[in-house]
Amino acid sequence: MTTPTDTPIRISDEQPGDPTGIHAGAISRRGLLKTSGGIVVGFSLAAAFRRAGLLAQEPTVPPAGTPAATPSIEPGLVGTPAAQTQQDVQTRDVSGDTIDSWLSIDADGKVTIYCGKVELGTGLWTALTQIVVEELDVPVNMATLIAGDTLLTPDQGTTAGSKSIQVAGPVIQQAAAEARMILLARASERLGAPVDDLQVNDGVVTTLFDASKQISYGELATDTFGTAITGDAPLKPVDSYRVVGQSIPRIDIVEKLTGGPAYIHDLTVDGMVHARVIRPFVRTLNGIAATVESMDDSALQGMPGIIQVVVNGSFVGVVAEREEQAVRAAEALRITWSQIEQLPDINQVHALMREMPAEEVETVRTGDVEGAFATQASQVVEASYLAPFQAHASMGPSCSVADVRPDGATIWSASQGVYALPGTIGPIIGLAPEQIRVIYKEGAGCYGHNGADDVCADAAVLSKAVGRPVRLLWSRQGEFAWEPKGPAMVMDVRGGLDADGNIIGWDYTVYTPTHSTRPGRQPGNMLVGQQIDPPVEPAELGQVGGDRNGPNNYSFPNQRLTVHWIETPPLRPSALRSLGAVANGTANESFMDELATLAEADPVEFRLRHLADPRAIEVIRRAATRFGWEARPSGPEYSGVISAADGTVTGRGIGFARYESEFAYAAVAVEVTVNPADGTVRVNRVAVGHDCGLIINPDGLQNQIDGCVIQGIGRALKEEITFDASSVTSLDWSTYSIMRFADIPVIDIELVDRPDQPPLGAGEPAIVPVVAAVGNAIYDATGVRLRQYPFTPQRVLAAMQAM
Amino acid sequence: MDSTPVGPVTISVNGESHQVEATPDTPLLYILRNELGLHAAKFGCGLAQCGSCTVLQDGQPIRSCVTPVERTVGSEITTLEGLRTEDKLHPVQQAFIEEQAAQCGYCIPGMMMTATALIRSNPEPTIDDINTAFDGNLCRCGTHVRIVRAVQRAAGAAASGTSV
Repeated sequence: MTTPTDTPIRISDEQPGDPTGIHAGAISRRGLLKTSGGIVVGFSLAAAFRRAGLLAQEPTVPPAGTPAATPSIEPGLVGTPAAQTQQDVQTRDVSGDTIDSWLSIDADGKVTIYCGKVELGTGLWTALTQIVVEELDVPVNMATLIAGDTLLTPDQGTTAGSKSIQVAGPVIQQAAAEARMILLARASERLGAPVDDLQVNDGVVTTLFDASKQISYGELATDTFGTAITGDAPLKPVDSYRVVGQSIPRIDIVEKLTGGPAYIHDLTVDGMVHARVIRPFVRTLNGIAATVESMDDSALQGMPGIIQVVVNGSFVGVVAEREEQAVRAAEALRITWSQIEQLPDINQVHALMREMPAEEVETVRTGDVEGAFATQASQVVEASYLAPFQAHASMGPSCSVADVRPDGATIWSASQGVYALPGTIGPIIGLAPEQIRVIYKEGAGCYGHNGADDVCADAAVLSKAVGRPVRLLWSRQGEFAWEPKGPAMVMDVRGGLDADGNIIGWDYTVYTPTHSTRPGRQPGNMLVGQQIDPPVEPAELGQVGGDRNGPNNYSFPNQRLTVHWIETPPLRPSALRSLGAVANGTANESFMDELATLAEADPVEFRLRHLADPRAIEVIRRAATRFGWEARPSGPEYSGVISAADGTVTGRGIGFARYESEFAYAAVAVEVTVNPADGTVRVNRVAVGHDCGLIINPDGLQNQIDGCVIQGIGRALKEEITFDASSVTSLDWSTYSIMRFADIPVIDIELVDRPDQPPLGAGEPAIVPVVAAVGNAIYDATGVRLRQYPFTPQRVLAAMQAM
Repeated sequence: MDSTPVGPVTISVNGESHQVEATPDTPLLYILRNELGLHAAKFGCGLAQCGSCTVLQDGQPIRSCVTPVERTVGSEITTLEGLRTEDKLHPVQQAFIEEQAAQCGYCIPGMMMTATALIRSNPEPTIDDINTAFDGNLCRCGTHVRIVRAVQRAAGAAASGTSV
């Protein structure tokens, strides 16, 4: 067949040799699913699925030794020298307006999905594949997905906010439905049967009344689809789904677990050299202000393999033939950095945030809060909650490979936003955005805007300087120091109770910077953009995400939400999993418990009485039931729990959130044990009620919820970026603690499947109520209300001593 | 730091002898990944704090990011790639895949090496045994529950006669 995908850029895994010069994409996804030459992996999930006749073939793994030998069709790894590449793919339609821009089907009936949303380790590509093959009626293993290549795949913006299933899913689903409609029309003609008499099984069209008449998608896909997406094709009824809703094994896991080159860190390009960058840990405001006062590279004399010490303004990097040589050179360089203005005292940060220049915006006003407090309330109380700076803390530091040439560049990137990078990096390296191709390759997790974008710009500057493809890996310390942080926040909440203990007013104020300083085609948003000569100013801070989950979902008659958008945050802020929702969810759900205590009410019953949305009520009930919730007010005076033999006390707490106040629902009930002697808190068990509409992949969903719960507990108990007057000081895993195996609770998840509701993103909702649930449980155990997280032993002890 | 280039170093990895050009203090991890093309072991911290780079030296888990290549001469290094046979995945790999014990998956090769060493020395590990053995392996995605299940599954497979 002739499709735009058959341009020379498409390299099939059947081709001998490796004309791309790129070795790393050794195991292709298609290769993984082929039966020939492979060995069978006994997926338990797949086995069940096959029994149901839904998976045509056994998933397989390639034989040992293939990783280094097999040529690549790995999405993102097709790449000839940049300039040539771009000419070659000129014909590929990436408009997103046509079926062909999303899908192609080859003569063997194999489906290729072209997607603008990238895999961040959440299982998205598996879920999107399920959506497409469901609509087409082809087996999962007949589909391959190519995503996040600025020249091959439609621009679907940033992969973020748990929006890919709910936003990108329907687009690709519609494209698949229209493709199916066209294929059926072609089949009708070829088989001489009306479309209504046709059915499709595993990519083969048959007629209802004559079993001898059949034709495959491969035979029908003799031409491109050639039409715009009309929106006219009907979608399959949900009750006929066979693949969506099933726990299909992740399409990316076998490669990751057999040593395949699954990550950007594993990428190797012909002629590639290695680099490290050297930056001061000192920083201010939005970026790095320190400049190089002097540099002594005498220790590098005679070191083998050094290609160049690249200095551009105050940007410094070393490029060497081998990785260990670059590391040694970076360690040996002696640089004196200029003094910069001092960072504030970390213990004063929250107080200072109230005083910082800020724009005040009232975003919610329902009824009359002040009037209600004045005339209807029998009690008005207030509390302030403090959130720390926290890090993405991916297990691998950020990495990129860049091949910058005079007439074009190819940059391999683990960014969530590959489409914005050409316009961001182009001005830094003197190329037009159209001359830059960015190809996604998975990083070590993501969790938001970490160093993945900056490292690409760094690598591009270094590649341009040395004229060779450069692989740059940030150091662990660099990642903690330089990646944007989930910013500290201050939340003030006032609430009024009437004489019956019902909430009549809720007045919520949050002090926050923006939670997005993504590249945004602003070269000054890149660290290197601020360091080169002449430096580029960072873009003005926006107003994104700090108010997320500020609006609650309770039916209080009088509400107000005021946001103070801080303009001078002490550290560079950006998106960390759920943005401001964790801090706002913490404040809202902690204060809800404080009012429940004031009303002498059970925290579950108290929430339910203020909720009207049946889906919200359902997840709270499910979590509570699953947990074995004992209905009573919280606090040691009600629990009747006395210290265990070892002096520890145990309590339970609940938290609820609807993500962004309008998407998926999650409730978590937790049990904690607190040791009053040393202030340590352990979460013993967690029950989750979760409703994200139609469930695409239950096993993948549970995996994501596990992640939300565990990361949420870490953020509740351990995680805090620290800094002194000039530097970030939490630079490794001994100074930035995350959850370890001994910390892990038993997690019991109840999924509410709603096939009649659209699917909603699930990578973030369940993390939102976790911190509050833990804090509420600590109160139940100890009678101590903690309003600043993380709830470290020092804070727990201090609060208990202050009782 | 000794960065004097000294001829080839001979090391044994996954049962094969390799001559590699490297200075003696080069961390084994860079040799495995860049010279031998074995990508399973990952750089996480370079500080022996996270376990992403874990491989086995004579069956014992080591952090390849801080192990000078010269210290591995004369011993047998096993990476994830060396666990399986030509036609069969290792029971630990099989168990991790069956449990779908990965989110981003970056830490998992190191986890599987720790699991292999644990089960060989302790065929029926308790949860506490697992938590202790894995204390130096960090996972950011929060896949711990599945990892523990996978270790238990692999141990069960070992107990029922599949060699680990």
